[in-house]
Amino acid sequence: MSEDKNKAAIIDALLSVAPEVDPSTLDPNRDLREQCDLDSMDFLNFVIALHQALGVNIPEADYPELATFERALRYLNRHLDGSRSGLAP
Amino acid sequence: MSAFLMPTLGADMEAGTLVEWLKKPGESVKRGDVVAVVETQKGAIEVEVFEDGILDQLLVEPGVKVPVGTPLALIRKPGETPGALPVGPAQQAVAPIPRPVPTPAPVARAPEPPAGPRLRLSPAAAARAASLGIDPRGLHGTGPGGAITLHDVDASRLPKPAPHERPAPSMSPALAMRSAIGAAMARSKREIPHYYLGTTIDMAPAVAWLEDCNRDRPVTARLLMSVLLLKAVGCALKEMPEFNGYWVDGAFKPGAGINVGWAISLRAGGLVAPAIHNVDAKSIDELMEALRDVVKRARSGGLRSSELSDGTLTVTSLGDQGAAAVYGIIYPPQVALVGFGKLVQRPWVVDGRLVVRPVMEATLAADHRASDGHRGGLFLAAIARRLEEPRTL
Repeated sequence: MSEDKNKAAIIDALLSVAPEVDPSTLDPNRDLREQCDLDSMDFLNFVIALHQALGVNIPEADYPELATFERALRYLNRHLDGSRSGLAP
Repeated sequence: MSAFLMPTLGADMEAGTLVEWLKKPGESVKRGDVVAVVETQKGAIEVEVFEDGILDQLLVEPGVKVPVGTPLALIRKPGETPGALPVGPAQQAVAPIPRPVPTPAPVARAPEPPAGPRLRLSPAAAARAASLGIDPRGLHGTGPGGAITLHDVDASRLPKPAPHERPAPSMSPALAMRSAIGAAMARSKREIPHYYLGTTIDMAPAVAWLEDCNRDRPVTARLLMSVLLLKAVGCALKEMPEFNGYWVDGAFKPGAGINVGWAISLRAGGLVAPAIHNVDAKSIDELMEALRDVVKRARSGGLRSSELSDGTLTVTSLGDQGAAAVYGIIYPPQVALVGFGKLVQRPWVVDGRLVVRPVMEATLAADHRASDGHRGGLFLAAIARRLEEPRTL
Protein backbone atom coordinates (compact mmCIF):
# COMPACT_ATOMS: atom_id res chain seq x y z
CA MET A 1 0.00 0.00 0.00
CA SER A 2 1.42 3.32 -1.03
CA GLU A 3 0.90 4.97 2.36
CA ASP A 4 3.25 2.43 3.94
CA LYS A 5 5.73 3.04 1.17
CA ASN A 6 5.52 6.78 1.79
CA LYS A 7 5.90 6.30 5.55
CA ALA A 8 8.98 4.16 5.05
CA ALA A 9 10.44 6.66 2.60
CA ILE A 10 10.02 9.52 5.06
CA ILE A 11 11.69 7.55 7.82
CA ASP A 12 14.55 6.41 5.59
CA ALA A 13 15.09 9.96 4.32
CA LEU A 14 15.11 11.24 7.89
CA LEU A 15 17.58 8.58 9.03
CA SER A 16 19.88 9.41 6.13
CA VAL A 17 20.37 12.91 7.55
CA ALA A 18 19.83 12.19 11.24
CA PRO A 19 21.07 8.64 11.79
CA GLU A 20 20.74 8.75 15.56
CA VAL A 21 16.98 9.46 15.52
CA ASP A 22 14.79 6.65 16.86
CA PRO A 23 11.75 6.51 14.56
CA SER A 24 9.59 4.93 17.25
CA THR A 25 9.95 8.05 19.43
CA LEU A 26 9.06 10.55 16.68
CA ASP A 27 6.18 12.87 17.52
CA PRO A 28 4.18 12.95 14.27
CA ASN A 29 2.82 16.42 15.01
CA ARG A 30 5.97 18.13 16.15
CA ASP A 31 8.15 20.17 13.79
CA LEU A 32 10.61 17.74 12.18
CA ARG A 33 13.45 20.22 11.88
CA GLU A 34 13.25 21.11 15.53
CA GLN A 35 12.69 17.53 16.70
CA CYS A 36 15.57 16.03 14.75
CA ASP A 37 17.86 19.07 14.81
CA LEU A 38 18.00 19.53 11.05
CA ASP A 39 19.74 22.53 9.56
CA SER A 40 19.02 23.85 6.07
CA MET A 41 21.54 21.47 4.45
CA ASP A 42 20.03 18.50 6.31
CA PHE A 43 16.53 19.49 5.25
CA LEU A 44 17.58 19.88 1.62
CA ASN A 45 19.22 16.44 1.73
CA PHE A 46 16.03 15.05 3.30
CA VAL A 47 13.98 16.41 0.40
CA ILE A 48 16.51 15.03 -2.09
CA ALA A 49 16.29 11.61 -0.41
CA LEU A 50 12.49 11.67 -0.76
CA HIS A 51 12.93 12.58 -4.41
CA GLN A 52 15.31 9.67 -4.97
CA ALA A 53 13.07 7.19 -3.15
CA LEU A 54 9.70 8.22 -4.56
CA GLY A 55 10.50 10.13 -7.74
CA VAL A 56 8.72 13.21 -6.39
CA ASN A 57 10.21 16.65 -7.02
CA ILE A 58 8.90 18.83 -4.19
CA PRO A 59 8.97 22.56 -5.00
CA GLU A 60 10.44 24.93 -2.39
CA ALA A 61 7.05 26.58 -1.99
CA ASP A 62 5.73 23.26 -0.63
CA TYR A 63 8.42 22.82 2.05
CA PRO A 64 6.02 24.03 4.80
CA GLU A 65 3.88 20.97 3.97
CA LEU A 66 6.76 18.83 5.23
CA ALA A 67 6.92 20.56 8.61
CA THR A 68 5.79 17.52 10.59
CA PHE A 69 5.80 13.78 9.93
CA GLU A 70 2.00 13.73 9.77
CA ARG A 71 1.77 16.62 7.31
CA ALA A 72 4.57 15.20 5.18
CA LEU A 73 2.80 11.84 4.97
CA ARG A 74 -0.50 13.46 3.97
CA TYR A 75 1.32 15.56 1.36
CA LEU A 76 3.02 12.56 -0.19
CA ASN A 77 -0.16 10.50 -0.12
CA ARG A 78 -1.98 13.34 -1.88
CA HIS A 79 0.63 13.92 -4.53
CA LEU A 80 1.69 10.39 -5.30
CA ASP A 81 -1.75 8.88 -5.48
CA GLY A 82 -2.51 8.41 -9.19
CA SER A 83 0.48 10.70 -9.94
CA ARG A 84 -1.70 13.39 -11.51
CA SER A 85 -0.31 16.07 -9.27
CA GLY A 86 1.82 17.90 -11.76
CA LEU A 87 4.88 17.20 -9.70
CA ALA A 88 7.07 15.86 -12.46
CA PRO A 89 10.07 13.91 -11.24
CA MET B 1 65.36 15.36 -1.07
CA SER B 2 63.07 17.08 1.38
CA ALA B 3 61.24 16.06 4.49
CA PHE B 4 57.48 16.18 4.47
CA LEU B 5 56.48 17.40 7.91
CA MET B 6 53.26 16.83 9.81
CA PRO B 7 51.30 19.94 8.86
CA THR B 8 49.52 22.20 11.29
CA LEU B 9 45.90 21.23 11.59
CA GLY B 10 44.56 24.41 13.15
CA ALA B 11 44.94 26.20 16.43
CA ASP B 12 43.48 23.46 18.55
CA MET B 13 45.52 20.53 17.38
CA GLU B 14 49.11 19.87 18.30
CA ALA B 15 49.40 16.25 17.30
CA GLY B 16 47.68 13.41 15.55
CA THR B 17 48.12 9.64 15.40
CA LEU B 18 49.08 8.20 12.03
CA VAL B 19 46.42 5.70 11.02
CA GLU B 20 47.59 4.57 7.61
CA TRP B 21 49.70 5.48 4.64
CA LEU B 22 47.79 5.75 1.38
CA LYS B 23 50.86 5.82 -0.85
CA LYS B 24 53.95 3.60 -0.95
CA PRO B 25 57.61 4.49 -1.36
CA GLY B 26 58.38 4.83 -5.05
CA GLU B 27 54.97 6.29 -5.91
CA SER B 28 54.95 9.75 -7.37
CA VAL B 29 52.90 12.44 -5.70
CA LYS B 30 51.54 15.81 -6.76
CA ARG B 31 50.94 18.82 -4.60
CA GLY B 32 47.60 18.34 -2.89
CA ASP B 33 47.59 14.53 -3.09
CA VAL B 34 46.37 12.79 0.04
CA VAL B 35 49.15 10.53 1.28
CA ALA B 36 48.09 9.51 4.77
CA VAL B 37 45.21 9.44 7.24
CA VAL B 38 45.80 10.88 10.70
CA GLU B 39 43.46 10.53 13.66
CA THR B 40 43.04 13.73 15.65
CA GLN B 41 40.82 15.12 18.36
CA LYS B 42 38.60 16.35 15.56
CA GLY B 43 38.34 13.01 13.85
CA ALA B 44 40.21 11.43 10.96
CA ILE B 45 41.98 13.90 8.69
CA GLU B 46 43.46 13.22 5.25
CA VAL B 47 46.94 14.68 5.08
CA GLU B 48 48.06 16.23 1.80
CA VAL B 49 51.60 16.83 0.47
CA PHE B 50 52.73 20.31 -0.48
CA GLU B 51 54.99 19.50 -3.39
CA ASP B 52 55.39 17.27 -6.42
CA GLY B 53 57.91 14.44 -6.25
CA ILE B 54 58.43 10.79 -5.51
CA LEU B 55 57.78 9.35 -2.09
CA ASP B 56 61.21 8.15 -1.01
CA GLN B 57 60.89 6.86 2.53
CA LEU B 58 58.14 6.67 5.11
CA LEU B 59 59.53 7.76 8.47
CA VAL B 60 56.62 7.06 10.76
CA GLU B 61 54.66 3.85 11.25
CA PRO B 62 50.90 3.61 11.73
CA GLY B 63 49.91 3.84 15.36
CA VAL B 64 52.50 6.46 16.24
CA LYS B 65 51.47 9.83 17.63
CA VAL B 66 53.02 12.67 15.64
CA PRO B 67 53.21 16.26 16.86
CA VAL B 68 52.91 19.02 14.26
CA GLY B 69 56.28 19.47 12.55
CA THR B 70 57.42 15.85 12.84
CA PRO B 71 59.02 14.54 9.63
CA LEU B 72 56.59 12.01 8.20
CA ALA B 73 58.30 11.06 4.97
CA LEU B 74 61.05 11.96 2.57
CA ILE B 75 60.15 13.18 -0.88
CA ARG B 76 62.69 13.25 -3.68
CA LYS B 77 62.60 15.09 -6.97
CA PRO B 78 62.64 13.04 -10.17
CA GLY B 79 66.27 12.42 -11.07
CA GLU B 80 67.55 12.43 -7.51
CA THR B 81 69.02 9.17 -6.34
CA PRO B 82 66.88 7.34 -3.83
CA GLY B 83 68.12 8.27 -0.37
CA ALA B 84 69.98 5.94 1.90
CA LEU B 85 69.28 7.98 5.03
CA PRO B 86 69.11 5.82 8.11
CA VAL B 87 65.48 5.33 9.05
CA GLY B 88 65.41 5.82 12.79
CA PRO B 89 63.03 3.82 14.95
CA ALA B 90 59.51 5.17 15.01
CA GLN B 91 60.09 6.34 18.57
CA GLN B 92 62.37 9.07 17.32
CA ALA B 93 59.42 10.74 15.71
CA VAL B 94 57.70 10.64 19.04
CA ALA B 95 60.54 12.27 20.96
CA PRO B 96 59.48 15.90 20.57
CA ILE B 97 56.20 15.44 22.46
CA PRO B 98 56.04 18.68 24.43
CA ARG B 99 55.89 17.38 27.97
CA PRO B 100 58.03 18.96 30.64
CA VAL B 101 60.73 16.54 31.79
CA PRO B 102 61.31 17.21 35.47
CA THR B 103 65.06 16.74 35.45
CA PRO B 104 67.04 18.70 38.02
CA ALA B 105 64.51 21.35 38.90
CA PRO B 106 64.62 21.47 42.66
CA VAL B 107 61.59 23.73 42.70
CA ALA B 108 59.49 21.15 40.91
CA ARG B 109 59.32 18.68 43.79
CA ALA B 110 60.89 18.56 47.17
CA PRO B 111 62.43 15.18 48.03
CA GLU B 112 60.49 13.36 50.71
CA PRO B 113 61.52 13.20 53.44
CA PRO B 114 63.35 16.54 53.21
CA ALA B 115 66.99 15.93 52.39
CA GLY B 116 69.23 16.53 55.37
CA PRO B 117 72.58 18.21 55.14
CA ARG B 118 73.98 15.06 53.58
CA LEU B 119 72.19 13.69 50.47
CA ARG B 120 71.61 9.94 50.81
CA LEU B 121 72.19 8.11 47.59
CA SER B 122 73.73 4.82 46.66
CA PRO B 123 77.13 4.78 44.96
CA ALA B 124 75.55 3.25 41.84
CA ALA B 125 72.96 6.02 41.79
CA ALA B 126 75.63 8.65 42.22
CA ALA B 127 77.63 7.22 39.33
CA ARG B 128 74.58 6.99 37.09
CA ALA B 129 73.48 10.52 37.91
CA ALA B 130 76.94 11.85 37.18
CA SER B 131 77.16 10.05 33.84
CA LEU B 132 73.76 11.38 32.80
CA GLY B 133 74.44 14.88 34.03
CA ILE B 134 71.51 14.76 36.44
CA ASP B 135 71.63 16.70 39.69
CA PRO B 136 70.54 14.13 42.26
CA ARG B 137 69.35 16.82 44.68
CA GLY B 138 66.08 17.17 42.80
CA LEU B 139 65.28 13.47 42.80
CA HIS B 140 62.80 11.56 44.86
CA GLY B 141 64.34 8.71 46.85
CA THR B 142 62.53 5.41 47.33
CA GLY B 143 65.36 3.66 49.12
CA PRO B 144 65.66 3.17 52.89
CA GLY B 145 65.33 6.47 54.72
CA GLY B 146 64.50 8.25 51.48
CA ALA B 147 67.81 7.37 49.90
CA ILE B 148 68.07 7.81 46.17
CA THR B 149 68.60 4.52 44.38
CA LEU B 150 69.79 3.64 40.88
CA HIS B 151 66.17 2.99 39.94
CA ASP B 152 65.19 6.47 41.10
CA VAL B 153 67.84 8.04 38.87
CA ASP B 154 66.68 6.06 35.85
CA ALA B 155 63.01 6.71 36.56
CA SER B 156 63.59 10.45 36.65
CA ARG B 157 64.55 10.44 32.95
CA LEU B 158 61.13 9.30 31.76
CA PRO B 159 58.90 12.15 30.68
CA LYS B 160 56.07 12.50 33.15
CA PRO B 161 53.18 14.88 32.72
CA ALA B 162 53.12 17.72 35.24
CA PRO B 163 50.16 17.20 37.57
CA HIS B 164 48.01 19.87 35.98
CA GLU B 165 48.64 18.39 32.55
CA ARG B 166 47.83 14.81 33.38
CA PRO B 167 45.71 13.56 30.48
CA ALA B 168 42.52 11.59 30.99
CA PRO B 169 43.32 7.84 30.91
CA SER B 170 41.54 7.22 27.63
CA MET B 171 39.65 10.16 26.21
CA SER B 172 36.49 9.40 24.32
CA PRO B 173 36.34 11.05 20.89
CA ALA B 174 33.66 13.44 22.16
CA LEU B 175 35.79 14.48 25.12
CA ALA B 176 38.86 14.82 22.92
CA MET B 177 36.94 17.08 20.57
CA ARG B 178 35.64 19.23 23.43
CA SER B 179 39.12 19.48 24.85
CA ALA B 180 40.50 20.62 21.50
CA ILE B 181 37.77 23.20 21.02
CA GLY B 182 38.22 24.36 24.60
CA ALA B 183 41.97 24.79 24.21
CA ALA B 184 41.63 26.86 21.05
CA MET B 185 38.81 29.03 22.39
CA ALA B 186 40.58 29.60 25.70
CA ARG B 187 43.72 30.59 23.86
CA SER B 188 41.72 32.93 21.66
CA LYS B 189 40.08 34.68 24.60
CA ARG B 190 43.38 34.89 26.41
CA GLU B 191 45.41 36.31 23.55
CA ILE B 192 43.05 38.15 21.23
CA PRO B 193 41.52 41.48 22.27
CA HIS B 194 38.10 40.99 20.66
CA TYR B 195 35.74 43.79 19.70
CA TYR B 196 32.21 43.15 18.48
CA LEU B 197 30.01 44.88 15.93
CA GLY B 198 26.55 44.00 14.67
CA THR B 199 24.27 45.06 11.85
CA THR B 200 20.79 44.11 10.67
CA ILE B 201 20.51 43.19 7.01
CA ASP B 202 17.32 43.48 4.95
CA MET B 203 17.29 40.00 3.42
CA ALA B 204 14.18 40.44 1.25
CA PRO B 205 16.19 40.83 -1.97
CA ALA B 206 18.32 37.75 -1.17
CA VAL B 207 15.27 35.66 -0.22
CA ALA B 208 13.46 36.69 -3.39
CA TRP B 209 16.53 36.01 -5.56
CA LEU B 210 16.95 32.55 -4.03
CA GLU B 211 13.27 31.72 -4.49
CA ASP B 212 13.37 32.76 -8.15
CA CYS B 213 16.50 30.73 -8.70
CA ASN B 214 15.32 27.57 -6.97
CA ARG B 215 11.80 27.63 -8.46
CA ASP B 216 13.10 26.44 -11.82
CA ARG B 217 15.64 24.01 -10.45
CA PRO B 218 15.25 20.33 -9.63
CA VAL B 219 15.76 19.63 -5.97
CA THR B 220 19.29 18.28 -6.53
CA ALA B 221 20.45 21.62 -7.98
CA ARG B 222 18.90 23.98 -5.45
CA LEU B 223 20.92 26.58 -3.59
CA LEU B 224 20.95 27.39 0.11
CA MET B 225 21.07 30.86 1.66
CA SER B 226 24.38 29.71 3.20
CA VAL B 227 26.17 30.04 -0.13
CA LEU B 228 24.96 33.60 -0.56
CA LEU B 229 26.32 34.37 2.91
CA LEU B 230 29.64 32.76 2.04
CA LYS B 231 29.96 34.55 -1.27
CA ALA B 232 29.09 37.92 0.29
CA VAL B 233 31.82 37.45 2.88
CA GLY B 234 34.29 36.36 0.18
CA CYS B 235 33.58 39.45 -1.90
CA ALA B 236 33.87 41.73 1.13
CA LEU B 237 37.23 40.16 2.00
CA LYS B 238 38.48 40.89 -1.49
CA GLU B 239 37.52 44.52 -0.96
CA MET B 240 39.06 44.66 2.53
CA PRO B 241 41.93 42.15 2.69
CA GLU B 242 43.02 43.32 6.14
CA PHE B 243 40.42 40.90 7.53
CA ASN B 244 41.71 37.99 5.48
CA GLY B 245 44.74 36.56 7.20
CA TYR B 246 46.57 35.88 10.42
CA TRP B 247 48.10 37.61 13.40
CA VAL B 248 51.53 36.07 13.82
CA ASP B 249 54.56 37.33 15.74
CA GLY B 250 53.05 40.72 16.41
CA ALA B 251 51.96 41.53 12.87
CA PHE B 252 49.24 40.87 10.34
CA LYS B 253 50.11 38.40 7.60
CA PRO B 254 47.66 38.38 4.66
CA GLY B 255 46.29 35.01 3.63
CA ALA B 256 47.44 33.52 0.31
CA GLY B 257 43.85 33.16 -0.85
CA ILE B 258 40.37 33.90 0.38
CA ASN B 259 39.68 30.63 2.17
CA VAL B 260 36.58 31.00 4.28
CA GLY B 261 36.12 28.55 7.13
CA TRP B 262 32.53 27.37 7.54
CA ALA B 263 31.57 26.31 11.07
CA ILE B 264 29.84 22.94 10.97
CA SER B 265 28.12 21.44 13.96
CA LEU B 266 28.62 17.69 14.26
CA ARG B 267 25.63 15.57 15.17
CA ALA B 268 27.55 13.64 17.82
CA GLY B 269 28.59 16.93 19.37
CA GLY B 270 31.49 19.16 18.52
CA LEU B 271 32.44 21.62 15.88
CA VAL B 272 34.78 21.84 12.92
CA ALA B 273 35.33 24.80 10.64
CA PRO B 274 36.99 23.57 7.45
CA ALA B 275 37.92 26.17 4.89
CA ILE B 276 36.46 26.42 1.40
CA HIS B 277 39.30 27.65 -0.76
CA ASN B 278 39.12 30.71 -3.03
CA VAL B 279 35.53 31.61 -2.23
CA ASP B 280 35.82 34.85 -4.19
CA ALA B 281 36.68 33.01 -7.39
CA LYS B 282 33.93 30.38 -7.23
CA SER B 283 30.53 30.82 -8.79
CA ILE B 284 27.43 30.40 -6.61
CA ASP B 285 26.88 26.93 -8.07
CA GLU B 286 30.49 25.92 -7.46
CA LEU B 287 30.19 27.19 -3.89
CA MET B 288 27.07 25.11 -3.34
CA GLU B 289 28.90 22.00 -4.51
CA ALA B 290 31.90 22.81 -2.35
CA LEU B 291 29.68 23.44 0.68
CA ARG B 292 27.72 20.25 0.16
CA ASP B 293 30.95 18.29 -0.19
CA VAL B 294 32.69 19.77 2.84
CA VAL B 295 29.66 19.30 5.10
CA LYS B 296 29.40 15.67 4.04
CA ARG B 297 33.08 15.01 4.72
CA ALA B 298 33.04 16.93 7.99
CA ARG B 299 30.32 14.61 9.23
CA SER B 300 31.82 11.42 7.87
CA GLY B 301 35.43 12.09 8.83
CA GLY B 302 37.09 12.83 5.50
CA LEU B 303 38.38 16.37 5.89
CA ARG B 304 41.77 17.26 4.46
CA SER B 305 44.65 18.89 6.30
CA SER B 306 44.61 21.93 3.99
CA GLU B 307 40.98 22.54 4.89
CA LEU B 308 41.93 22.72 8.54
CA SER B 309 45.03 24.85 8.15
CA ASP B 310 44.25 27.26 5.31
CA GLY B 311 41.24 29.15 6.66
CA THR B 312 41.77 32.93 6.55
CA LEU B 313 38.50 33.90 8.26
CA THR B 314 35.65 31.84 9.70
CA VAL B 315 31.90 32.23 9.28
CA THR B 316 29.41 30.83 11.75
CA SER B 317 25.77 30.73 10.73
CA LEU B 318 23.43 29.53 13.40
CA GLY B 319 20.66 29.36 10.84
CA ASP B 320 17.07 28.40 11.36
CA GLN B 321 17.11 26.78 14.76
CA GLY B 322 19.67 29.06 16.34
CA ALA B 323 19.87 32.47 17.90
CA ALA B 324 19.01 35.85 16.41
CA ALA B 325 22.66 36.90 16.64
CA VAL B 326 25.93 35.17 17.44
CA TYR B 327 28.88 36.90 19.10
CA GLY B 328 31.58 34.38 18.43
CA ILE B 329 35.16 33.70 19.38
CA ILE B 330 37.84 34.17 16.75
CA TYR B 331 39.64 31.02 15.67
CA PRO B 332 43.34 31.79 16.14
CA PRO B 333 45.49 32.89 14.41
CA GLN B 334 42.74 34.40 12.24
CA VAL B 335 41.80 38.02 12.91
CA ALA B 336 38.03 37.95 12.44
CA LEU B 337 34.87 35.87 12.71
CA VAL B 338 31.60 36.70 10.95
CA GLY B 339 28.36 35.51 12.53
CA PHE B 340 24.92 35.23 10.97
CA GLY B 341 21.76 34.72 12.99
CA LYS B 342 18.31 33.46 12.22
CA LEU B 343 16.25 34.86 9.34
CA VAL B 344 13.24 36.52 11.02
CA GLN B 345 10.29 38.62 9.92
CA ARG B 346 10.46 42.09 11.43
CA PRO B 347 8.87 45.51 10.94
CA TRP B 348 11.10 47.54 8.64
CA VAL B 349 11.04 50.98 7.06
CA VAL B 350 11.23 51.31 3.29
CA ASP B 351 10.76 54.75 1.68
CA GLY B 352 9.32 56.11 4.88
CA ARG B 353 6.68 53.38 5.15
CA LEU B 354 6.38 50.52 7.61
CA VAL B 355 6.63 47.09 5.99
CA VAL B 356 7.43 43.55 7.08
CA ARG B 357 10.78 42.21 5.91
CA PRO B 358 12.84 39.10 6.50
CA VAL B 359 15.99 40.37 8.25
CA MET B 360 19.16 38.80 9.57
CA GLU B 361 21.59 39.98 12.19
CA ALA B 362 25.21 39.87 11.00
CA THR B 363 28.02 40.26 13.52
CA LEU B 364 31.76 40.72 13.37
CA ALA B 365 34.16 39.63 16.08
CA ALA B 366 37.54 41.16 15.25
CA ASP B 367 41.06 41.28 16.65
CA HIS B 368 41.69 44.81 17.85
CA ARG B 369 45.42 44.39 17.22
CA ALA B 370 44.72 43.96 13.52
CA SER B 371 41.80 46.33 12.97
CA ASP B 372 39.74 49.08 14.54
CA GLY B 373 35.98 49.48 14.81
CA HIS B 374 35.78 51.94 11.94
CA ARG B 375 37.26 49.45 9.45
CA GLY B 376 35.29 46.63 11.07
CA GLY B 377 32.10 48.60 10.51
CA LEU B 378 33.00 49.14 6.85
CA PHE B 379 33.68 45.42 6.45
CA LEU B 380 30.28 44.49 7.89
CA ALA B 381 28.67 47.12 5.66
CA ALA B 382 30.40 45.57 2.62
CA ILE B 383 28.89 42.17 3.49
CA ALA B 384 25.44 43.71 4.02
CA ARG B 385 25.61 45.61 0.75
CA ARG B 386 26.39 42.43 -1.21
CA LEU B 387 23.51 40.54 0.39
CA GLU B 388 21.09 43.39 -0.25
CA GLU B 389 22.07 43.27 -3.93
CA PRO B 390 22.37 39.54 -4.60
CA ARG B 391 22.84 40.03 -8.33
CA THR B 392 26.29 41.39 -7.53
CA LEU B 393 27.35 38.13 -5.88
